[in-house]
Amino acid sequence: MLKKIAFVSVLITLSLVAGAAFGSVLEDVKTKGYLTLGVSEGVPGFSIPDSSGRWVGFDVDMGRAVAAAVLGDSEKMKFVPLASKQKIVAVSSGQVDITSRTTTWTMKRDAKQGVDFTTIVFYDGQGFMAPKKLGVTSTKQLDGATVCVTAGTTTELNLADYARANGLNLEAVVFDGKKEAFGAYVSGRCDAFTTDVSQLASLRTTVADPKAHLILPEIISKEPLAPLVRHGDNQWKDIVTWVINGLIEAEENGITQANVLEMKKNSKNPVIRRMLGASGDVGSFVDLDNDWLVRAIQTVGNYGEIYNRHFGPDSNLYIPRGLNRLWKDGGLMYALPIR
Amino acid sequence: MATYFDKKQVTRLLLQAVVTGGIIYTAYTLFLNTQANLAARNIASGFGFLSVEAGLPISNSLLPYTPSDSYGYAFLVGVINTLHVSFLGILAASAIGVLIGIARVSRNWLISNLAAVYVEILRNIPLLLLLFFAYGVVLAGLPHPRASLQPGWGAYLNNRGFYLPRPIFQDGFGWVAAMFGLTLVMAILLWRWAVGYHRRTGRYIPAGWLGCILIIGMPALTVWLTGTPLTWEKPVLRGFNFQGGMVLRPEFSALMIGLVLYTAAFIGENVRSGIQSVDAGQIDAARSFGVRPGIIMRRIVLPQALRVIVPATTNDYTSLVKNSSLAVAIGYPDMVSVGGTIIGQNDQAIEIIGMWMAVYLCINLIISTLMNWINARVQLTER
Repeated sequence: MLKKIAFVSVLITLSLVAGAAFGSVLEDVKTKGYLTLGVSEGVPGFSIPDSSGRWVGFDVDMGRAVAAAVLGDSEKMKFVPLASKQKIVAVSSGQVDITSRTTTWTMKRDAKQGVDFTTIVFYDGQGFMAPKKLGVTSTKQLDGATVCVTAGTTTELNLADYARANGLNLEAVVFDGKKEAFGAYVSGRCDAFTTDVSQLASLRTTVADPKAHLILPEIISKEPLAPLVRHGDNQWKDIVTWVINGLIEAEENGITQANVLEMKKNSKNPVIRRMLGASGDVGSFVDLDNDWLVRAIQTVGNYGEIYNRHFGPDSNLYIPRGLNRLWKDGGLMYALPIR
Repeated sequence: MATYFDKKQVTRLLLQAVVTGGIIYTAYTLFLNTQANLAARNIASGFGFLSVEAGLPISNSLLPYTPSDSYGYAFLVGVINTLHVSFLGILAASAIGVLIGIARVSRNWLISNLAAVYVEILRNIPLLLLLFFAYGVVLAGLPHPRASLQPGWGAYLNNRGFYLPRPIFQDGFGWVAAMFGLTLVMAILLWRWAVGYHRRTGRYIPAGWLGCILIIGMPALTVWLTGTPLTWEKPVLRGFNFQGGMVLRPEFSALMIGLVLYTAAFIGENVRSGIQSVDAGQIDAARSFGVRPGIIMRRIVLPQALRVIVPATTNDYTSLVKNSSLAVAIGYPDMVSVGGTIIGQNDQAIEIIGMWMAVYLCINLIISTLMNWINARVQLTER
């Protein structure tokens, strides 16, 4: 019910605010003194409050990097947990400055829903999880199975598409909330559960015996996850895009949270000197000062550090980096040149 | 004529016109503003999407549905599911509510207190919790399909649903149906005649029992004569789950249990207050004439109590319809669930929310109209 109220209030905002009265998000954030980040309602690894109530996670760190670059303080943030249905409209209506919430970049969302995607932070794909005791080793064996799924995402569409393309007869039980959907799967209502593989790994950590559940090898969809901002504010889109891009570039160049200050002072590499503001004026390209990226890296580290903190071998989840490795290592992460 | 256009009247009319105009102007401005904002933000609007292929899965549908059907049809499937739940829910909640209400005023201490406990518990917890509880109990209490409970007659009960054999009508079944219709008409005629006979002579004929025997016996005889024109398709365990037969899904069952028990508590209170609004002196008077308790209830209490019960119950019926939108929380594909998925796929939230509101408004206006009609019929007719 609360979700619905929030949702309707967004719509009311849409109908009440004066037409095209939106100013610059950058100015707005500076005036407010904080950044409003749309996050999930609690997906371990991506965005979830820790035991002291502080939001942590991969998606959260992307937002903190932007806050550090723009405001100089990654704690000056407000978090708005969004249901899947709300994640687009919350940003298009100006309720949040950025949505960083495991959101798939699709054509319709980008072109027709009043938002712009910034840059891909995670290459994900939809997969299936089934109890080991069922004896299923491939998605193709799921004919006749019941599958639990969460509403309001591309997940249901992918599920139906995959079933039709492969001649499988799958029965979907659709829930409004992820917790309810996964809970129904755990209690045996469904033979399988489907969502993005990263989230399968994340949810698996929450059950009593994670080893009793198998993530099937097939990936049935492409899910490039990217933070999104309101359509039409190019300055703000540039800032978010280039801060995140800078984190990837930092990993490529071996700049870490620990050595960033030392690198800025001593590095002879012109690429590093430019991006860290020791020479040139790249910060001014996005209307920020020259230390913008230094602050971001100081706060959250480079892309690889962020990934390892939340998904690495030592984390609770452990999602192998796969496609999210740097291009040099055979992955798809390829930072654009900062110059 | 002169008084017709007197000053006060004109002022009053003018004032009303100004207020109405103001409301219309505000609504129109809001509408235009929303459209301008949507256009400025490059957000698609309009109802063109309804004819686009939906692609979303819906289990538990009364209408035949495949993902290649359109968004509009998918939404209709959801509307039909909402109507299905609402209709059955209203019937069941009324039946249980009347029983609870009568039990509440019973002179048996145990019965009246049990009913009171029921009412106080059920109407004082949020419906959403009740639904989660019912769903949890249904799921936790039932085994996996491979270990199904077997109540007999080819029925199976597991956490995927309650599977029953499906009747398949063969050629001769038309005769059985015809015989059923015929005996039904005969039974009604018999009953009306028996009532008249009772009035004229005071003698009592057990027309109800005779009618029942007629309605059940004659079609049964026809079944035997035509050589069982009815076969059953039994559900069989194949792969992950049972195939064939009819199925009652846990989501539907839990939703019905939650809605019905919750609403019945409110209806029970309406019935109680209705019964208690009838002057106790009338009941005492009837009893002193030796009228039987059943007749007192039917002929003296209920006709007067209904005047109190009906308007209050109209509210509960409309609440039940609106509450059925909580189905989305426990995975039943009602109109809100399907519409939510459509929003998730194409983000045309304003259109879908508009459709939700229109459908709920229509259903509840129909209920109100029907109930008002009933109310008018049971109103006290002053002579």
